Amino acid sequence: MNEEILKNIKNEFPILKKKKKLCYLDSAAITQVHQSVIKEINYFYTEINSNVHRSAYKLSEISTEKYERTRKKISTFINSEKKECIFVKNTTEAINLIANSYLYPILNENDEIIISQMEHHSNIVPWYLLKKKKRIKLKIIPINENGDLIYDELEKIISKKTKFISVTHISNALGTVNNIKKIIDIANSKNIPILIDGAQSLTNFKIDVKSLNCDFFVFSSHKIYGPNGLGILYAKKKYLEQMEPYQGGGEMIKKVSFDEILWNDIPYKFEAGTQPIASIIGLEKAIDFLEKINTEEIINYKKNLINYTLNKLSKIKNVKIIGNPENRANIISFNIKNIHAHDFGTIANHFEICVRTGHHCAMPIMNFYNLSSTIRISLGVYNNEKDINKLINCINKSKKIFN
Amino acid sequence: MLELYKELIIDHGLNPRNKYHMLKYTNKINAFNHFCGDSFILYLNILNNKIEDISFEGQGCSISVASASIMTTLVKKKDFIQIDLLFNYLKKIIHNDLTLDENNLELNVLSNVKKFPSRVKCATLIWNALKEIINEKRGINNA
Repeated sequence: MNEEILKNIKNEFPILKKKKKLCYLDSAAITQVHQSVIKEINYFYTEINSNVHRSAYKLSEISTEKYERTRKKISTFINSEKKECIFVKNTTEAINLIANSYLYPILNENDEIIISQMEHHSNIVPWYLLKKKKRIKLKIIPINENGDLIYDELEKIISKKTKFISVTHISNALGTVNNIKKIIDIANSKNIPILIDGAQSLTNFKIDVKSLNCDFFVFSSHKIYGPNGLGILYAKKKYLEQMEPYQGGGEMIKKVSFDEILWNDIPYKFEAGTQPIASIIGLEKAIDFLEKINTEEIINYKKNLINYTLNKLSKIKNVKIIGNPENRANIISFNIKNIHAHDFGTIANHFEICVRTGHHCAMPIMNFYNLSSTIRISLGVYNNEKDINKLINCINKSKKIFN
Repeated sequence: MLELYKELIIDHGLNPRNKYHMLKYTNKINAFNHFCGDSFILYLNILNNKIEDISFEGQGCSISVASASIMTTLVKKKDFIQIDLLFNYLKKIIHNDLTLDENNLELNVLSNVKKFPSRVKCATLIWNALKEIINEKRGINNA
């Protein structure tokens, strides 16, 4: 069964089925969209296009039912309550929402927020904005040369002023998998609320927010084979209930007069205005697909492929892999001596290979390694050894051009 | 194989001309591309609206380094009006399909970036920095 799935898996992604030569190695930026998702979105627009939670007619009832079914599916998938899952634009918006609705009202001058050296800009800039507005301090969990967090430092930088910890599960730039259970346990033992940036998590791991016991967990649909423009904020209901709304508008209120407004219940309090309904309905199918590929055999297949890639890359002279984390996800960053990452990106494009080049929206970690850019590859379930061999050939060809 | 990486680009990209730290200069400017992290410093000796000497240092891709190298060889001993003509020509050939002028062989190799929109900024980064200095010298507000 699993073998059968893997053999035909490229054909389950319409773009890969159509563009046979395409070698897509940028799934950490955006995953290709599964055919069932596209089919569902097409069904929405051609059969049931209507707004949700608003009308008594049949179409609206169907779309509302499907919309809420996705929420139920996600909550079951990550083991939360349904009302603890909020639809947002993406991981970035989820973090901004927490910064503004939860932390902004409770922060005092000199309070502290802890993040890490390896965060994506989306888990740095919202806190920097708070720092400017509320005169708080940002403290940073350092990393070592391998690109692993120095966990011992976390306990040292926590103080009575620490109001929040926000760290990524997986480094989008290096591929490091952090031991989030360890970080969450430390945060819990000190009663400090903690957010996990799970943007890269769900294609690598099964997530159970209850057993992790984190306070907030955020991720994006476009990195789990679903549509873009959609993300999920999970928060424990005790926070959602006490938090102020993020945006005002339709749906998020119960009663409005010009003197008084009564907020809607959670999760609706945080979903102002019409949401991307088609995408939300499509996301249910992406979760179905994730469940289908969440088998030991397929997980091992992906692990073996990343090890195959590491092994091949490490044998090429003048290729330097950035970081050597203890536990690596589906991501590898590297550089080739005398070839700038962007030049390689252009040459790779010539061979229809898609790689990410640049600072990966994670400049602090680039600064740590004294680099301005790297070549990053990130694998999806549709990648295979042929894709990797194509990449390796391209590296060898590039070396010939630049020598 | 790849038209963009013609010999001249590789040559200037790998062995850039006038790439050194200038000690005495009249003007200096940083050129930074936040999209990719390419970063250069341009040093100039300007006398009477004419570039007497020019050099650059820093890091970037082969296109931005080659463009900087080619620029320094072309603008040395030229006055601002001549430089305007060169930059305007470069902008035209990388944005439009202007017929190439055979007298501008070195700039013409940069014309291939027009097929790679994400690389246009690499080719113009150092030229824009030079233009900023020229505008400043002319007393034009660069807003």
